[in-house]
Amino acid sequence: MASSTTTVSNAGPSTGSRSFLSRLWDGDEIARIVTFLFAATVVLITVLLVLQLWHDSSLPRHKFGLSFFVTRVWDPIAEQFGALPFIYGTLFTAAVALLLAVPLGLGSAIFLAELAPQKISDTLQFFIDLLAAVPSVIYGLLGMFVVVPVMRVYIQPALKHSLGFLPLFQGPAFGVGFLTAGIVLAIMVIPYIISVSREVLLSVPRDQREAALALGATRWESTWKVVVPFARTGIMGSIFLALARALGETMAVTMVIGNTPTISASLFSPGYSIAAVIANELTEATGEVYFQALVELGLVLFLVTFILNGLARLMMVLTTQKGSGMGQV
Amino acid sequence: MKRFTGMLLVVLALGGFVLAQNALLINGAGATFPTPIYSKWFDTYHKANANIQINYQSVGSGAGIKQATDGTVDFGASDGPMNDEQLKAYNDKHGFALLHFPTVLGAVVPTYNIAGVSASLNFTPEVLAGIFLGRITKWNDPAIAGANKGVNLPAEDIVVVHRSDGSGTTYVFTDYLAKVSADWKDKVGKGTSVNWPVGLGGKGNEGVTGLVKQTPNSLGYVELIYAVKNNVSYGAVKNASGTFLKADLAGVSEAAAGAAREMPDDFRVSITNAPGKKAYPISSFTWLLIPAKFSDTAKRDALKSFLKWALTDGQKDAEELSYAKLPKEVVAKELKAINSIQ
Amino acid sequence: MSPRLRWRKFVSNFMLTLTGVCAAVSVSALFFVLGYLVYNGGTSINWDFFTKLPVPVGEVGGGMANAIVGSAKLLLLASLFGVPIGFLGGIYMAEFSNSTVAFVVRYAADLLNGVPSIVIGIFAYAVAVLPFKHFSTLAGAFALGLMMIPITLRSTEEFLHGVPRALREASMALGASKWKTIAAVVVPAAYRGIMTAILLALARVAGETAPLLFTALGNQYWSPGLRQPTASLPAMIYAYALSPYDDWHRQAWAAGLVLLALILIVNIFARAILSRGGTVLR
Repeated sequence: MASSTTTVSNAGPSTGSRSFLSRLWDGDEIARIVTFLFAATVVLITVLLVLQLWHDSSLPRHKFGLSFFVTRVWDPIAEQFGALPFIYGTLFTAAVALLLAVPLGLGSAIFLAELAPQKISDTLQFFIDLLAAVPSVIYGLLGMFVVVPVMRVYIQPALKHSLGFLPLFQGPAFGVGFLTAGIVLAIMVIPYIISVSREVLLSVPRDQREAALALGATRWESTWKVVVPFARTGIMGSIFLALARALGETMAVTMVIGNTPTISASLFSPGYSIAAVIANELTEATGEVYFQALVELGLVLFLVTFILNGLARLMMVLTTQKGSGMGQV
Repeated sequence: MKRFTGMLLVVLALGGFVLAQNALLINGAGATFPTPIYSKWFDTYHKANANIQINYQSVGSGAGIKQATDGTVDFGASDGPMNDEQLKAYNDKHGFALLHFPTVLGAVVPTYNIAGVSASLNFTPEVLAGIFLGRITKWNDPAIAGANKGVNLPAEDIVVVHRSDGSGTTYVFTDYLAKVSADWKDKVGKGTSVNWPVGLGGKGNEGVTGLVKQTPNSLGYVELIYAVKNNVSYGAVKNASGTFLKADLAGVSEAAAGAAREMPDDFRVSITNAPGKKAYPISSFTWLLIPAKFSDTAKRDALKSFLKWALTDGQKDAEELSYAKLPKEVVAKELKAINSIQ
Repeated sequence: MSPRLRWRKFVSNFMLTLTGVCAAVSVSALFFVLGYLVYNGGTSINWDFFTKLPVPVGEVGGGMANAIVGSAKLLLLASLFGVPIGFLGGIYMAEFSNSTVAFVVRYAADLLNGVPSIVIGIFAYAVAVLPFKHFSTLAGAFALGLMMIPITLRSTEEFLHGVPRALREASMALGASKWKTIAAVVVPAAYRGIMTAILLALARVAGETAPLLFTALGNQYWSPGLRQPTASLPAMIYAYALSPYDDWHRQAWAAGLVLLALILIVNIFARAILSRGGTVLR
């Protein structure tokens, strides 16, 4: 037995000369193996998930191939399935959401990072974090009973009246539709933009700001023309993160989008999103092709959010490197 | 605080484990069309038989058929009878058949919400098909106005509402439209889930009623009780004999009269656009989908006894909820068929 | 002062005020949400709501007792499934792994974290419902647990890393083996952070609806044991909100208020603890 005269020898890297059994006896090896198994389970589960999505979407993949992505028709009776209306709806509502959330979120982040005193900034950030914790179904509840009537009675007619010449604002005002879904999504993703952007802005080295101010810039000019561009990559990362969240949202969207697979340039038109159609139709998809077409939609959603999340993380890593590197010049 | 939350969670969860351990829980899912009466039936039956709980989830006929086929529920419910292909799929999967048992008769009505119009509108088959095909877009279209002289119809767009989920109510409605409009039959067809040319989608009869109620100038199709209970206007439909009829129990029973005499053994039959001066044209049976063989004898016996009760005593509740009772001949035939459940 | 400078100063003040407005609008959204829930749901919260079962369709009254217990059960089981995997996996990452394995596991965890909850629902349906021919509490807990794993794993790893080396070395210098060090010294030191991260994960999955639609389905009665469908607060809110019955709408608001109140309380509590400990949680 590789015993030692002092008890210190158990510490530090294993010397390799101790036998497996004796290491086992100390319990370290067991601990290592056991925790490894659990960590490996995580990898295993993830692999299984991807495999299941791939396997359970094989029928439509073989039957339709790439035309799945450009077909507009979603006809369960004729077994013709096209993903285009759902991809369109998902992207359209996400675009509307970002158009609303990015200015609002970036503006708020600038305020919190540059202007507000520490305590207020922290308190407000606290509230923003709570906003991120509100479940999707509650946003949906508020969307249905508060936002939709307001849209239908006030906002949509007003927009139609003033901007109705644009194809964006034509068509009857139902209350539900792309615009309403976009607005609800915007509220849901703002917290992500704010909290990440605020952090990136805070990490911009002081000298950047001070240099700009020393050169005679106003506070706004220093912020907008120096600090924000410096943190540009991280802010982009927060937008990607928000986009990934918006694309995957289910409950709030299905409660306010109108649930109709339509492709229309009008913001007032009802539509459908990938997540919403899966939620509505998965448990009733009779027939293997129908069911698997929905799984294929899930696979598409998974891949897109995967790529976006990866890009977002990459950007945030790049920003922190930049921030820590440049400051020491 | 953490310990408190933890303990609270554990206590609540254990409570859930302990309670109702002795009751037999049977799970069913399907049509929203008969949900009001099923809901009442299961509750009444449970009160009389405390150890039997029948949990019915109102998720739409499409889901009912799929769940029954997958075997993830003990029984299904649908107002669109399964077609031969679906039945074969079930048989192939399980080795025995899925039986249809009609429970009540109901009507599908066109409901609408037009500001200032409280009168009951008349709908011809051509108008209904035209609206749902997207050809007739305004309420004051001559085709609609022609059937409704004296009613002040607004020059507003019709907001069409249909089902977003797989629905037996959709099946009944599109079955009717396919019979009265060759165009509809050609372009859309009938089924629990069709490719709607226009309209908003609502989930379940509940969702469609909710949407119609909240959206001005809308038109949808729902089961009669949903329109009645929620105070949403519904119109009269012209039947095969040319009379405009508003859905009522007599009209539905009349529609079923022919089928009652010639009911096939598997009970699958369509009674839309039935002949008869007073027959309401968009009527339908609704079915419980019950496996022919059960491995769990307790569940089997419970379901059989429930079914017998529903076909006899339970029928009393039907009329008050605006469903029509089953014709006597059909009940007799069903009671015999129940014995074939093993 | 030149006109140009005056203009620039004006723009500066204007834009900065605008950012303040943005911040005010964003924060006020939270109070709007709370306000509406309290206004619409506050009056509907009564003893019945917490103790009664739902009544037949169309009738007035009843409550959501089974949904509340159902949610509690789901969360408890989800933690039993998700927390050990995340926690022990996190220990491996922080204490034992080499950089390749760590990279792979971290990558997988981040991937799992980014999966939209509806897709988790598809996976759980295919794996935990179809083969067993049963909608069940277990399947629902499986789906929710999956969503808890990545958060637990990353936080465990992060907080364990945060424990100073000196502590570990001191323990080993005193003769403790590695696993004893971890169990008796490192983990307790990181305990508070890990616990609060778990609480936050719990609060997050408590509101998830989409995966439950395909796994736990719903139940009008109490759900006995683990292998039957169960009602849950988020699913009830969804079903009741879509219905045309005013009474159900009322109950949906009340349920929303209860759910949000619980989630917010846990969040406030957890974050307060974390910030007191000097750690910033992303």
